[in-house]
Amino acid sequence: MKEMTYSEAIRLAMTEEMRKDENIFIIGEDIGIYGGTFGVTKGMIDEFGEERIKDAPISEAAIVGAAAGAAVTGMRPIVELPFLDFITIGMDALVNQAAKMRYMFGGNEKVPMVVRLPGGSGTGAAAQHSQNLEAWFCHVPGLKVVAPSTPNDAKGLLKSSIRDDNPVVFIESKLLYNTTGMVEEDPEFTIPLGKADIKLEGSDISLITYGRMLKKALIVAKELAKENIYIEVIDLRTLAPLDKDTIIQSVKKTGRAIIVHEAVKTGGFGGEIVATIAESDAFDFLKAPIIRIAGVDIPIPHNKELEKAAVPSEKDIKAGIYRLLNK
Amino acid sequence: MKFEDYNPLEEKVFKIMDKKGKIINTDDMPNFTNDQLLYLYRTMLLSRTMDEKQLSYQRQGRMLTYAPNIGQEATQIGSAYALEKEDWIVPSFRELGAWLIHGVPLKNIFLYWYGNEWGSHMPEDVKVLPVSVPISTQLQHATGIGMANNIKKENNVVLTYTGDGGTSGGEFHEALNFAGVFKAPTIFVIQNNQYAISVPRIEQTASKTLAQKAIAYGIPGIQVDGNDIFAMYVATKEAADRARRGEGPTLIEAITYRLAAHTTSDDPTKYREDAEVEEWKTRDPILRFKTYLENKGILTKEWDEKMKKEVENEITSTFEEIEGKADTKIEEIFMYHYETMPPILEEQLKEYKDFLEGGKNNDK
Repeated sequence: MKEMTYSEAIRLAMTEEMRKDENIFIIGEDIGIYGGTFGVTKGMIDEFGEERIKDAPISEAAIVGAAAGAAVTGMRPIVELPFLDFITIGMDALVNQAAKMRYMFGGNEKVPMVVRLPGGSGTGAAAQHSQNLEAWFCHVPGLKVVAPSTPNDAKGLLKSSIRDDNPVVFIESKLLYNTTGMVEEDPEFTIPLGKADIKLEGSDISLITYGRMLKKALIVAKELAKENIYIEVIDLRTLAPLDKDTIIQSVKKTGRAIIVHEAVKTGGFGGEIVATIAESDAFDFLKAPIIRIAGVDIPIPHNKELEKAAVPSEKDIKAGIYRLLNK
Repeated sequence: MKFEDYNPLEEKVFKIMDKKGKIINTDDMPNFTNDQLLYLYRTMLLSRTMDEKQLSYQRQGRMLTYAPNIGQEATQIGSAYALEKEDWIVPSFRELGAWLIHGVPLKNIFLYWYGNEWGSHMPEDVKVLPVSVPISTQLQHATGIGMANNIKKENNVVLTYTGDGGTSGGEFHEALNFAGVFKAPTIFVIQNNQYAISVPRIEQTASKTLAQKAIAYGIPGIQVDGNDIFAMYVATKEAADRARRGEGPTLIEAITYRLAAHTTSDDPTKYREDAEVEEWKTRDPILRFKTYLENKGILTKEWDEKMKKEVENEITSTFEEIEGKADTKIEEIFMYHYETMPPILEEQLKEYKDFLEGGKNNDK
């Protein structure tokens, strides 16, 4: 294990895979000499050259569409968009095309591609550069959706995503890029898609989260342990396919569930988790209604203080937990 | 022929054979053997008869919605004939002739329009992507395949199609600009059949020609008589040769006409005059090619009759082979979507099977 940032872990995952498989190339805006909007591909052009680190014109539709075309011929493209928000321009290529090609081929072809999207608020980048749109992707059969929260998870999950034969949407949280953690150095280390991780075991409440909110959840959980409230923190890591078993088993144990995500509440992925619990036999174990702590239903404000207020804080999470316990 | 000699801004259209089947440009006339000429003619007949049959099956309620190609056979067959077997075709949804020439089995075509995804289950050596219905977004796949060929240092080219209406979408711009930048070995053919459903070409863009759009992307663009099979072949062949030499993409505007409806859900009498349709019928690509072949003594009446019967039998027997036999199982709804079936689909498959078996789990 070696200490590195989330950003370095992502770069290492791509570098290791690209050394092994010459069919992998990266395509995106400013990813060459510039090293990517958030510096994730920094230096990669020196090792792999322009042919495999492709700087593209500002054409999100063509970037995603061309990647899908290349994938069908056996390449394994990795797309990097500067901001998750820009996938709106590439949605036809992703949703109507990449996600459906295998099905429309009668299962005859593979579409191995990864679309890396830096998402989320917290950088003062305002309404059009700060969104969390993961629920959109989860609503499209044919896509896999991954949202890592730690450097080690980012490395292991990205490697699995690159090796996967389906289109994978890989959501990176911008605010996590500079966070550090211990990362496996073994180039064969991977984390399977579709497996949640219990980051903290507990007996009183199941807190289900992913991405950047994990950090806040763990801080709250540690604080509340001092008050003898023991929270089980589940990091979903992959949203599609969803690891329902881990959620259901945990709720059966604790009898209480709270979901935390940064995305706006209405139509957010939290609703799917609530439904998963409510439809399962964990329902009979519930001691209280399920609670969602999510972003408010507005665009992310430009003002720094308002931006913070628009997404869940540690205080919001704590308040939700007290509410769940009738405290 | 040289693309430079046909400036799209001057509306100079590349032609070899006139509408009476006379060769007016002997310099560019391709050197086909009689067997090749008859093969092309037979494929045109196959395409035309297939359209007529499918339209009739659809009207009888035996097929789903259908998009006929009548009038556009030379555009599709002439262009696709310029490819090698290893080259790719990235279709829109009105490219029957190109499919037939590139080796898509008749059975696949019927299955597709019959609503069976196995229709797109191409034989391994047939490099054709499935039908794409969102207008012009498939052009990006064609660019991407071309870029992949460059990375892999393969010498294959990609031929893709869109309609006149397809040039108005942002994806058209992105795909062509991209292909130009990356020198993708991709040939873009616009089947300008004069109408995007009901909207005429003139209302689609203020550009004088569609081919002139190539100028903005720094790539060659040419207008070709799309009802002239020789001109379509030669222009596409030249574009393919350029692409193989590493000189990048080409835009071909094939000027043609959709003699039938947009699809079986459309009624073209609402938006165009009969006189216009009648005028275009005199430029029918099959009629013109047939006259050429007859005048040359290559096609006899007997051979023509025999061929028509053979083609019709082939179509009828293929349709009978698939009609009523969907060949699909319940599992197939679920099994093709991901490389391995995710838990949610396993769960939904099980629920569905239980439901079919009398709902034994319904009270759970």
